[in-house]
Amino acid sequence: MSSGLVAETTADSLVPNGEPILRAARVGRAFRGLQALADYELDLRQGEILGVIGPNGAGKSTLFNVITGFLRPTSGRITFHGREIVGLPPDKIAALGIARTFQNIRLFAGMSVLDNVRAAQGMRGGAGFWETIISAPSFLRKERAMEERAMDHLAALGLADLHGAAATSLPYGFQRKLEIARALATEPTVLLLDEPAAGMNAQETADLTQLIRDLHARFGLTVVVVEHDMSLIMRLCQRIQVLNYGRVIASGTPAEIRADPRVIEAYLGTDETVNDGLQTQDAGRQVPGESL
Amino acid sequence: MNFGQFGQQFVNGLSLGSIYALVAIGLAMIFGILRLINFAHGEVLMLGAFATYFYARSGLPFLVVAVLAVLTTVVIGLVMERVAYRPTRGAPDVALLLTSLGVSIALQNAAVLAFSAQPRKFPTPRLIEQQVDLGAGVQISGTNLVTVGVALALMAGLTLFVTRTQLGVSMRATAENVTAAQLMGINITTVIVAAFVIGSVMAGVAGILWGARVGRIEPLMGFIPVLKAFVATVIGGFGSIPGAVLGAYILGFGEIFLVAWLPDALTSYRDAFVFTALILVLLVRPQGILGSTEPEKI
Repeated sequence: MSSGLVAETTADSLVPNGEPILRAARVGRAFRGLQALADYELDLRQGEILGVIGPNGAGKSTLFNVITGFLRPTSGRITFHGREIVGLPPDKIAALGIARTFQNIRLFAGMSVLDNVRAAQGMRGGAGFWETIISAPSFLRKERAMEERAMDHLAALGLADLHGAAATSLPYGFQRKLEIARALATEPTVLLLDEPAAGMNAQETADLTQLIRDLHARFGLTVVVVEHDMSLIMRLCQRIQVLNYGRVIASGTPAEIRADPRVIEAYLGTDETVNDGLQTQDAGRQVPGESL
Repeated sequence: MNFGQFGQQFVNGLSLGSIYALVAIGLAMIFGILRLINFAHGEVLMLGAFATYFYARSGLPFLVVAVLAVLTTVVIGLVMERVAYRPTRGAPDVALLLTSLGVSIALQNAAVLAFSAQPRKFPTPRLIEQQVDLGAGVQISGTNLVTVGVALALMAGLTLFVTRTQLGVSMRATAENVTAAQLMGINITTVIVAAFVIGSVMAGVAGILWGARVGRIEPLMGFIPVLKAFVATVIGGFGSIPGAVLGAYILGFGEIFLVAWLPDALTSYRDAFVFTALILVLLVRPQGILGSTEPEKI
């Protein structure tokens, strides 16, 4: 599929109509009395790009941690293609096709750009344990194929020329892209992006928005993106969920979200919450309607 | 010291360092992934030497005996992982440390019961016991030559494995960041099992080489090599495999040349010098020579 075609379609015109593949029902996660996520509901449809927004501490990262099996929900069910995934170890969930990036970059620090991506290919498609140990003839062929595939994923993010560099020597924006390349290397159907534009300027964010759109089309991905940057969310997402205090307070198209008084209240606070002092900490916060 | 003596001591230090390196690699590898200091690694070495001793009675060629002995240590390593370390995975570091000390003591005493504490003569093949004349007055023992050759070959193999293979790359990724590795679909158990297999191969080979070097074997023989290897990994930077190898060679050369240069009256203090070196390293550079000081980001 050409990227030009995708670029021309505006987010609002794409109504998600695929099959629901990732479902969450009444999912909750409590940390010693603090309800980080409560009664969370999700019907993620095949091929859609869903945005999840909300003030800091609203439960967005907890949501990703619960979906990927890094945290176990304290209540509720999560199914992926109809299969219950609560309680599966993170590597099994990743192998089923759910990949993520991290808000705070977590590359494999001591390794090269290429090896970061190779590591994420897991043992799938590569030589097996005993095959590797005894260096069976099939082993070299498989390893070469894996390396080529890793290079393809680097090329998709424009990082192919940097494959030999140490991962942590890359500029910040490139490290973020490498995280996406690494997530793609797990060959996911669902990609969870945790604040991919954090620390980027307006131009870099615009480029990243286009890049995510291209990857979405090229790899046939379903994407969930958590982001504070409203320009990225509003341009990219067909549907948005707004979280506050662990609960979904609003859900709809970008146009609906922009006009929703509950969202504006969650971001700016009513007089009451401002007086609580709970909502005034986040100086860089953008109101959804503000940037577009 | 003339050139001939220097050459001899150099090869001797290289050989001792090679054995320490083989043991230290296993320690560093398992620590890197599990944060476990596996003191029972020395008992894997000891059991490798005893397996060689018993298999050699069958009259099979020594190379076949050695391969069978190494396979035996692999099985021992796998059982150890399954029985002792898998159930304690994720436990606090102190619990892991105590578990490994417990496994070590249990295996030592099981060996005393099974084989008796009596030292036995190690069946070193006559072929490699001979002296080799390298010319210029340098005479070295065949054992040292074989030790250095075998160790370098194994380390070259390991380097290829961790840089070129999918499993090797997965192992390095897991050592870097277990959480991220798991979330990228890496099965941690496979990686840990692989680390124990590789560590046990190295320790088994080290047991055979140590037996050939010392000439006799006994159930407590694993303690000193594993302690020295531990010092080597600390000097080099704990968890770093190249660091462990570097530390092992520094230790090997240091010990041999200390003994060669010190007056006879002081040579029995060689271990005291080793541990003094350890204390100095910990004071001056606690992260080790190749260890990183990068704080963990949260």
